[in-house]
Parts: sequence; C-alpha cells; structure tokens
Amino acid sequence: MTAVIEVTGLTKRYGGRRGQAVVDAISFHVDQGEIFGILGPNGAGKTTAVECMEGLRRRDAGEVRILGLDPLNDRHRLHQRIGVQLQESQLQEKLRVREALELYASFYPNPADWHELLERWGLTGKADTRFGKLSGGQKQRLFIALALIGNPEVVFLDELTSGLDPGARHATWDLIAQIRNSGVTVVLVSHFMDEVEELCDRVAILERGRIAALDTPAGLVDRVGGEYRVRFRPMAPLDEQSLTTLPGVTAASRHGAQVTVTGTGDFASAVTAELARGQVLVADLRIEGRSLDSAYVALTGRSMES
Amino acid sequence: MNGFSRLAYVETKLFLRETGAAIGVFGLPVALVIGFGLIPGFGDPQKGLSGQIGTEYIASVSVAIVLAVLGLTGVPMVIGQYRERGILRRLGVTPVRPLNLLAADLMVWAASAILSVALVIGVARLAYHVPAPHQAGWFIVSLLLGIAALFALGLLVAAVAPTARSSAGLGWLLFFPNMFFAGVYFPTEEMSPVMRQIGNFTPLGSTLHAVRDSWMGLTPRLEYLGIMAAYAVIAGTLAARFFRWEQA
Repeated sequence: MTAVIEVTGLTKRYGGRRGQAVVDAISFHVDQGEIFGILGPNGAGKTTAVECMEGLRRRDAGEVRILGLDPLNDRHRLHQRIGVQLQESQLQEKLRVREALELYASFYPNPADWHELLERWGLTGKADTRFGKLSGGQKQRLFIALALIGNPEVVFLDELTSGLDPGARHATWDLIAQIRNSGVTVVLVSHFMDEVEELCDRVAILERGRIAALDTPAGLVDRVGGEYRVRFRPMAPLDEQSLTTLPGVTAASRHGAQVTVTGTGDFASAVTAELARGQVLVADLRIEGRSLDSAYVALTGRSMES
Repeated sequence: MNGFSRLAYVETKLFLRETGAAIGVFGLPVALVIGFGLIPGFGDPQKGLSGQIGTEYIASVSVAIVLAVLGLTGVPMVIGQYRERGILRRLGVTPVRPLNLLAADLMVWAASAILSVALVIGVARLAYHVPAPHQAGWFIVSLLLGIAALFALGLLVAAVAPTARSSAGLGWLLFFPNMFFAGVYFPTEEMSPVMRQIGNFTPLGSTLHAVRDSWMGLTPRLEYLGIMAAYAVIAGTLAARFFRWEQA
C-alpha cells in the first residue's frame, strides 16, 4: 500500500499563530483505496483539518501531502486530482442541474461522463431542474456528483449523508463503497457512528483538535474491552446476585424492575439458561453488544451528542 | 469550452434569467427614451439643459441609470450572494479559482452595459432622429471609465459588507444619492452650486457630465475623467485589499 495522504503535526489556530489550536498537531496517513473516517463531535476540528488538506485553509504548522502535493504550494495541480464535497454549500439558485455538471466538468482535464453520474446518483429526471427547486437530498446528491465529476483520485466528503432520509443514506453508502472499489481514496468526515462503522477501513476519532484514537472500527471496539450487557425485567422474584456465580458474569445489578448483568464471552447464554431453569419469565430482554458507539464513549469519556 | 468561457456562458444565462435585471438594464433605459421623446418639443434644444436636445439628454441619463443599476445594485447583490452561498468557496477547491467567477461576471455585466447603451443610441436615433454621440471617441472613454468607476465601487461594497443582505443594502444606499446628485431625477442645471459641486464628485455625476458633453460634441472636462479614474483605481484597490472569499 502506498500512502496517498500524509499528515504530520498538522496544526491550525484561530486568531493567528498564537490563538487557540482548533487542530492540534495531528498526524496520520491514508493508503490508496482506503475509506478513511474522521469522526468526532461538532467543534472537534474535523472540518478545519480537512479544509487544511484541501487547500482551503492555510495551516499554521505541520506538513500535509496529498498525492505527493502540498495543498498550499501545489494547489492547482492538487485540485485537478481531488474532488470535494463541502459542508453547507449552495449553488446559484437558477442554475440547472445539467448546467452545473457541464460547468464543473469543464474545469477538469479528464472529466467523468456527467450523464452517467446523474444516473448513478438518481438525478436523471432532474437534469433540467434549477438548483433552487431541488430537495435537500437531491442537492446533497448533486454535490456528491460534482465532487466526482473530475474523475478524482482522492475524494473528500464532509457530512456526506446529512439531509438524506434513511433509505437514501444506505443507497449512498453502497455507492461510496463502489467508488472505493474503483481505487479511489475517500476521506469521510462524519459524526454518524453507523456510517463510519459501515464504510470506513480506518477511523481517526478527533476530540478537541487531537486524535483520541485511530484504528479500524473493529479495532476501536476491541480496544475498549469485551464486555456485553444483558438487560431484562424478571416477571417472577429473582435474586440477581445469584447470577454472578455463572461463568463469564462479572456483575449484576438492579434498577427498579430492571436487572442488568454484565460479562464476557458467552455469559448471556448461561444467564438465560439459568433463568429458564428457575422458570423465571423475563420481559424486555436486550443484549447490548459492543458497538462503535459504546467504544466511542469509552475512548473519549463522553457521548457524541454532548 | 474551457473553464472560464463556460463560466462566462453560464453566468450570461443566469443574468438573463433574472427578469428584474433584464428590465432594469435593457427595458427601463429604452422606455425612458421612448416615453420622454413623446413630449412635444422635446426633440429641440432645451434652454434649461445647456442647449442640449431633450431626447439626447434623456438618452445620456439612461446611460447613467444603466451603470448605476449594474454597478451599485447588481454587483454587490450578486457577489454578496455568491460568497454567502459558498459558491466562491466551492470554486476554491477546483482547478478554476473563484477569481475567475468574479472576472466572468464583471465581463458579462460590462458587456450588458455596453449593449444597453448601444440599444439606447439605436432606439433614440430610429425613433426620434437623435444623433449618435458626436465625440464618439470621448463618449467611449467616458462610458468605459464610468463602468470602471461604478463597478469598482460595487466591488468595494461587496468586499466590506459582512453578509449578502448588507451588501445589497449598502449598494442601494449608494444608489439613490448617486442618482440624485448626478442629476438623474432633475438636471444639474437646476441645482444650487453646492449641490452641483457635490454631484461632480460622485462617480455617477462625473460619468453623466462626461457622457452628456461627449454626446453634444464637447471634449469632457478632464476633471470628470479624473474623478472617474480615481474612483476606479481607489475603490478597486481597496476592494482587492479587503475582499473576503468566504462568509465569516
């Protein structure tokens, strides 16, 4: 694998070189054909970091190389080879979809066939529609199409699926996976766990401008440790402490009517078997597996929403 | 088509899709010439207009209106919107710099101004036998300097205004006093010396004087041309210095 993106000590401060660091000496690399996620809450510095990589912002310190090019000194050559979908951008209200695609295609030496992009992104019937008349999801898909129109080698997608309904989100994920399969490297900025878990080969979790963790989604989950939780409401009297003697169970507790048992390995089967032996029926049985969500909370000490 | 010509082509289409702009830039000036030309005796030299033919005077005023509408309302409004909507930013991550969009727009607007002036001259001539500007060379110089002065001022407004709304608003705030002091609402001949003096120092006032002079066959006073050039250079330089490509 060759690194397509190399970031070393990237730092960006607001209010000049002595201001507060929004991106604080982050380093990582992205290999060719990877989907690399940058995950974190609002204000973590995700967008700023990516904008420094795209050449939209001037970094205050550190080195950035995209396809071997410096985004500040080789802007023009870099922009011929990357595609970008910006968070919160608009087009001219009365510009038609077809015109937008033709216009952006004219900027690149080897543009993609825009008819094909229209079809792939479900906008075929919208070619003659003005930008202002598109729905939020259609605008979003148009921006993704515009990010791909130059046949880029690296694509930056910032909040890819914001404004899309659940069906469209999943369809978009499939298409992003296809893009990767064609050898394109994708940098995905997101604050959606499911999106990152589904798509990304590796993820950097950004917290207050620093990388809190960097690994594969599965690696991040493993790093946090292997505890599952089983929750249920017993329909008959139950001494939950008796469950702690079962193999794999590490703790059991009760909050009102609800019992929570934590453990490792196949302890959940042991718990349900024990309940069946005692003829205790349970309601609302739930097994909470390890997800990126819980790993995230464990790694950063807070949930994404806070 | 390469990036720049495609941008100019698209921006021309977008400009023509704005009905209001088309009316202000092409419809209104022609309507003024035709309307005032219907006044009996307006085709004769007017004592109150320094001996200028009434229709020729109205045609000159129409030229000033076109430049004010484009430079002081169109330029700040469109550029303010393009910045606020992130269109300039989006171009900043393509091989085509956002400066190309500004250049394409300025080109389209300047071409519209020239086209509209040609239309005014043509209609005045066909409908009322108003002669084409006698000092054609000076007329062209005055027109180009006027475009440069008013567009530069519009660019400066767009450069310093924080939002699209304030950019458009500030443009209108300059539009009306410029129109007033330039003598669009009533001729400078009827103004007090102080008002006339103020008018001479506005970009639109010096433009209208220079246009009227060259239309009548006089050489425009150097002071008018100098004032227009000064606005173009100073406002243009400040605009370039303070222009922001993205909304703060």
